[in-house]
Amino acid sequence: MTVILGQTFTGISIGAVLLLIALGLSLTFGQMNVINMAHGEFIMAGAYTTYVLQKSISGAGISLLVALPVAFIVSGALGALLEWLLIRRLYLRPLDTLLVTWGVSLMLQQLARDIFGAPNVQTRAPDWLTGNVTLIGGADPLTVANSRLFILGLAVAAVVALTLTLRLTPLGRRIRAVVQNRDLAEVSGISTARVDRTAFFLGSGLAGIAGVALTLVGPIGPTMGTNVIIDAFLVIVVGGIGQLKGTVIVAFVLGVLQSVLEYSTTLSVAKVLVLVAIVAFLQWRPQGLYTLRTRSLV
Amino acid sequence: MSEPAGLEIHQLRVSFDGFTAVDGVDLDVRPGDLRFLIGPNGAGKTTLVDAVTGLVKAEGSVRFGGAELLGRSVHRIARSGIGRTFQTATVFEELTVLQNLDIAAGAGRSVWTMLRRRNDVPEPVARALETIGLTKLAGSPAGTLAHGQKQWLEIGMLLVQDVRLLLLDEPVAGMSHDERQATGELLERISAERTVVVIEHDMDFMRSFARSVSVLHAGRLLSEGTVAEVQADPKVQEVYLGHAAAETVTGVAVQEA
Amino acid sequence: MTLLHGRARTWAGFAGAAVLLFALAPLALTDFRLGLLAKYLCTAMVAVGICLAWGRGGLLTLGQGLFFGLGGYAMAMHLKIADAGPGNLPDFMQLYGTATELPWWWRPFANPAFALAATVLLPMAVAALLGSFIFRRRVKGAYFAILSQALAAAFAIWLIGQQATTGGTNGLTDIQGFFGYDLDDPVNQRTVYFVIAAALLLLIALARQLIHSRYGELLVAVRDSEERVRFLGYDPAKVKLVAYVVAAGMAGLAGALFVPAVGIISPAMIGIVPSIEFVIGAAVGGRASLVGAVLGAIGVAWAKTALSEEFPAAWTYFQGLLFIVALAFLPGGLASLGGVLRRRRDRQRKAAVVAVGEAA
Repeated sequence: MTVILGQTFTGISIGAVLLLIALGLSLTFGQMNVINMAHGEFIMAGAYTTYVLQKSISGAGISLLVALPVAFIVSGALGALLEWLLIRRLYLRPLDTLLVTWGVSLMLQQLARDIFGAPNVQTRAPDWLTGNVTLIGGADPLTVANSRLFILGLAVAAVVALTLTLRLTPLGRRIRAVVQNRDLAEVSGISTARVDRTAFFLGSGLAGIAGVALTLVGPIGPTMGTNVIIDAFLVIVVGGIGQLKGTVIVAFVLGVLQSVLEYSTTLSVAKVLVLVAIVAFLQWRPQGLYTLRTRSLV
Repeated sequence: MSEPAGLEIHQLRVSFDGFTAVDGVDLDVRPGDLRFLIGPNGAGKTTLVDAVTGLVKAEGSVRFGGAELLGRSVHRIARSGIGRTFQTATVFEELTVLQNLDIAAGAGRSVWTMLRRRNDVPEPVARALETIGLTKLAGSPAGTLAHGQKQWLEIGMLLVQDVRLLLLDEPVAGMSHDERQATGELLERISAERTVVVIEHDMDFMRSFARSVSVLHAGRLLSEGTVAEVQADPKVQEVYLGHAAAETVTGVAVQEA
Repeated sequence: MTLLHGRARTWAGFAGAAVLLFALAPLALTDFRLGLLAKYLCTAMVAVGICLAWGRGGLLTLGQGLFFGLGGYAMAMHLKIADAGPGNLPDFMQLYGTATELPWWWRPFANPAFALAATVLLPMAVAALLGSFIFRRRVKGAYFAILSQALAAAFAIWLIGQQATTGGTNGLTDIQGFFGYDLDDPVNQRTVYFVIAAALLLLIALARQLIHSRYGELLVAVRDSEERVRFLGYDPAKVKLVAYVVAAGMAGLAGALFVPAVGIISPAMIGIVPSIEFVIGAAVGGRASLVGAVLGAIGVAWAKTALSEEFPAAWTYFQGLLFIVALAFLPGGLASLGGVLRRRRDRQRKAAVVAVGEAA
């Protein structure tokens, strides 16, 4: 019983990481239909930001908290810059965007290698995140690492913040207007170019936050983005493009599935099985878990 | 050439997430008819055609030449002899006029034929080129055609498919007066051998060429008959009242396309 | 340009390529360089398939590493069994494994005919299975690209996880013989090069025939407007499936011939990064043009070796930049450069004429 609960919670914490990684994409890919392969490198930028801040600020406890907003801005600025330089020229060519941003991702990885060196680096988790919480005591205890709980909390907070931003703020209204009808938004006096850039800033900033979270569960390295980007895109594809609730549900379901399969087989077999499950799922719902049904099919 | 076949629609219903776009429509188009489908925006005209061609799920019954269509996949419905065009002309822009027609003519080709080059112009393709008046432009990329020519090419593609029923969605939208006239005459020629259903907003065009008319409103069939009968129907006048089209139905020409 | 037309030009092109590959290159290049060229030609074989599937059919096959790997592993498994000799296990299995006999799924590959057929048919079968699922449900565009990339990644991860039976991260290495011939012998290496060059020309001829057939026109039509093709009574899923499966077979053959040319196949050659690199060559050269895609693939692979040995960092920046410039500003690749320049010149000339006209 404890094993099942333990695996489930491991799955939930994998899901929380997946969710943080995919959340920014749900804005850039899901809402704006831009496939940004450099999203992984924005995550990397967030992670290195955390590393640099920890080196310069003594006291890991504070540096991690400082890193959250700084990483958001660093990665967000990178995203806005990318949008301005390249992506805005490519809005009508999604597949070319994919390949172009992959070129950007290559260059950013090399930049990281030149600045920080090829080997992975580590950050030290702050003291208040090193312990465990015992969820079930007794002879067969179930404990959860504080850092995992922190990531879960961070993921929930990010989802809430993004939802509120999209629902309640004027910026959110403008983003939704542009997504739903670009031309109409434009003639209604919305600067679509500015909205695009702001949305890209937000989505890329969320990647920075994900990068901060990743420093708590693994090493920081130039290729860390490549390792997570595919998983993140799969979450969006399965969840349904432009559907935040789909992203949330699918991130956790895939996390738990991965964790349970990993427990009963091996890591590599689990990865393959999850992918098979995804292909099978798309047979059943080719547009993802949640779709907007419209009459314009042509 | 195969015989034209009729279209019998019974209690057709289409809904999207709670909104009912087509609400229990009955429609009987006899073989060889040139039927116009009119109605205000949102009346469900295009959705009805979508349902017949398998693009949207629908309840009820659609029988073509006696066989039920609902539940069949899009390409199977197409193969049973139904062809359609869209509001915006969709031809393969990067292929030539000839290639467009050749592809349309070839749905039943064997694998062996498909894997070889096209060495000559198939006879039905040549005939269609003649009918739609694009013989001289056979070698031009379809993307370079004028708007009206693209619409004719689309109709030509249906002809070489040897469809028995053509469903045309606003074929004269955006055309000049002369192009409209030419298109209307083309449709009259075609409907000598095939059944044609036209969705149209242009009332002048309808009055000149329709053999029969069905009026849809809010997903339901409002009126049906000859042009004169429909124009005289008080229900139709009521629906169009308040629209600019009110006058067009009762006689004054306004082009609303 | 204007001297030769149609068929004559095609034949001249093939003859020129044959002279270049079979006479000039072996004469001009050292054994080492010729070995490298053999490797590049394998990349070009993958690019031929990508040109068909992506350039003509609009299917962004970001996961060709999967099929390259299937072909490569099928070939390498047979060669490893042959190297070990009857009754013995391949070296790495003795090293890592606890098994005393070959795993069941290795056994058929002991048969050379089966292994050879599998190098092409296995990738095609896998592509047919995946494709029929993916295309029937109209998964397309970006979804297809991401899914195919994920499949290549999953295959690489799986291989790494099965160290005892696949060699794990190291892959299948140190391959000595090729159907009885010693691969250390330069003469045999040269023969492998000739086989690869011949295979590449064969694939180009095959792809050319497909592109210029009625099927090729239909494939472009599906790329332009899939929905319209469906209304003409075709099943676009089948049209795309053919291109996908053929491209997979080509990648499989390339992987199979890559093994004797280089002597190794490993997960690092088939994962996400190499899968995208297969696409880069075709994109830079011109995805829709066979000649462009092939030359692009060879050129990028050559540039990678030439630059990455001496300036590894600079190479990565250059590769990224090349990719960005080619795709963002020259989507037709270098093959379209002539046309783009000609159009620009015409426009300038026209503008000049207009200006003169206005002045007068």
